[in-house]
Amino acid sequence: MLDQNKTTRVEMDWSGPERLQMNMGPQHPSAHGVFRAIVTLEGETVVAVDAVIGYLHRCHEKLSETLTYAQYPSIASKTDYVAAMTSEFAYVMAAEEIGKFEVPKRAQYLRVIVAELQRIASHLLWLGTWCMDMGGALGGGATIFLYCIRERELVLDLFEALVGARLLYGFFQVGGTRYDIPDGWAQQCRQTIDVIESRIEEYEQMLEDNAFFLARAKGVGIVSRELALDVGIAGPLLRGSGIDYDIRRNAPYSSYQDFDFTVPTEQDGDCYARYKVRMQEFRQAVAIIRQALDKLPAGPISSRPALKSVAQIRIPKGEAYARVEGPRGEVGSYIVSDGSAKPYRMKWRGASFSNLAILPHIIPGHKVADVVAIMGSVDPVFGEVDR
Amino acid sequence: MLVALPPWVPMVISGFVVLNVVIGLVTYITLLERKFAARMQSRIGPYRVGPHGLLQPIADALKLMMKEDIVPTAADRRIYNLAPIVFLIPCMLIFATIPFAPGLGVADLNIGILFFLAVSSMEIVGLFMAGWGSNNKYALLSAMRAVNQIISYDLPFIFSALIPVLLTGSLKLGDIAAAQQGSLLKWFVFYPVIGQLSFIMFIVATLAAENRVPFDILEAESELVAGFRVEYSGMKFALIQLGEYAHMIGSSFLGALLFLGAWSGPGPEALGPAWFLLKMVLMFLLVTWIRWSFVRIRVDQILALSWKALLPATLGLLLTTAVVVVWRTGGF
Repeated sequence: MLDQNKTTRVEMDWSGPERLQMNMGPQHPSAHGVFRAIVTLEGETVVAVDAVIGYLHRCHEKLSETLTYAQYPSIASKTDYVAAMTSEFAYVMAAEEIGKFEVPKRAQYLRVIVAELQRIASHLLWLGTWCMDMGGALGGGATIFLYCIRERELVLDLFEALVGARLLYGFFQVGGTRYDIPDGWAQQCRQTIDVIESRIEEYEQMLEDNAFFLARAKGVGIVSRELALDVGIAGPLLRGSGIDYDIRRNAPYSSYQDFDFTVPTEQDGDCYARYKVRMQEFRQAVAIIRQALDKLPAGPISSRPALKSVAQIRIPKGEAYARVEGPRGEVGSYIVSDGSAKPYRMKWRGASFSNLAILPHIIPGHKVADVVAIMGSVDPVFGEVDR
Repeated sequence: MLVALPPWVPMVISGFVVLNVVIGLVTYITLLERKFAARMQSRIGPYRVGPHGLLQPIADALKLMMKEDIVPTAADRRIYNLAPIVFLIPCMLIFATIPFAPGLGVADLNIGILFFLAVSSMEIVGLFMAGWGSNNKYALLSAMRAVNQIISYDLPFIFSALIPVLLTGSLKLGDIAAAQQGSLLKWFVFYPVIGQLSFIMFIVATLAAENRVPFDILEAESELVAGFRVEYSGMKFALIQLGEYAHMIGSSFLGALLFLGAWSGPGPEALGPAWFLLKMVLMFLLVTWIRWSFVRIRVDQILALSWKALLPATLGLLLTTAVVVVWRTGGF
């Protein structure tokens, strides 16, 4: 109990000489979701960080056992709500692998288009929030954030025209896609990616010519090549540490081998390297979408009949793991099927979860302000971490 | 029949007028900043309350007045309650010495600029009291940062403000302004080389003294939530906000007076205060422009920038100016 007579003291929770324990989260402006970092400070320097997760646990894996293969893709969106298409993608791919379903070429290309659009949308949100972490909601960071949101809206408009929803789509279906693109959509898509490509250059000018931005991003939160491999981080973080690994190229799925794209890597492993990787991924995503729109074959969008009932899709006994390269790295889904219309067991592998494990390795030794910069550069989405 | 008034009466009246004008200015300069920032970010900004959102500041003030006043249980009540007032007073006092036109001001002291600089750095006491009295870790860290930053940036601020003093040869703000009258080229910002350099240094030091991005590590809401004012609500929060903006307007007035020729401008002399106000707004918008396009830098980088770059630079420039002034007046 708090002694009311002694309340006029400043409680510092001394746990060592000159040490202060401070909570950052679960409700904190810097947290990209409900993440709690208990940081131990010596002055302004962080000496230890304890990451607490689980505030957004929604029993996703258990939930999938109660939902059919036709229903769950719409719910899979909610694991990583910033890149909803990616999780749907992984789920249907695992189901297709067990059922040995063919996916028509047109559906494969459509999947690639939406996955890459989703990558752009997700990276835009990352760029905005990361700059806001460094620049403040009342500063230049907010300016970049609003620019990025403006461009993300364009992508969301495309998704809205495609499926009618802006955040959680349900576009994927076992055996293909649920919808075909409407008339004029391809043209709208081309215009959108042109706009985004030109705006990306503007952001680069605004940020990379800014000495303060470079001072905040360069040399901060260095992840060495060895550490990256030991911890098992994925996606742009891994490529920012100089490891040339991308599932789209190393284990192509959904016809990624048809497209000509490069996998950007940077050697430094700091926040700036991760930023550079993501900025180049924008351009690669734009290039892939252009090629996919150019080569988009005619034909059916699904190898299976259109959905009429929720239990329509039955998958033979078996188990499979499927993985896709999401905006944050490897997103995988493991399904055990018992032959019914619902999975017997289902497991998610989220990239944010493994990426988050890098934080206690790289944060100690940095200043408090760098904690948010590093956290932002990791780009965690807590729906995917806690599931 | 005129009754001979005691000499303090006009002072009190003018003080009262200036105080209220400043408060009015603060409310509307916040709207200006919000509109300016909104345009930068391709937004519209406040628009709903009154035509073009013109009544928004009044609505905000009313809202703040009606908010519940929360005092944390563990706070040091006396210090916590006193801090906003201690913070506000120096921010208001700085307007005492500013002459808004020749002879129009509360008290154009013969050590006016010294008074301004001394009083404006007193706000740190209120800041520290707020940070300490809140008994909050974010606030405490912010208060520590405040002390670091204000100490580091007061010296460059003073040195860059002293360069016009050297060029004029007077500490009186009225004299400094008067020395720049007549022609555009007499403004100290157009003084060859020294003028431009000292103006840039003044802007940088002002940004830091006003705690604006990129130097707003005190409130740094991405890590310290709201810094020293995290526990304040209602009118106490409004007082802190008022003090902060009053300080900003005061510094903008000082910058316009020291470098941009104060009330000099085309047209009749009666337009002088209007020109001065316009230049103040320009100074304010310059700071706002920087604020909304830069990211915040880290506390160690801020201190390094001050002690390793800005302080030696301002000091060197001050010495150079002294030499130039002596040389030009034939002192050698």
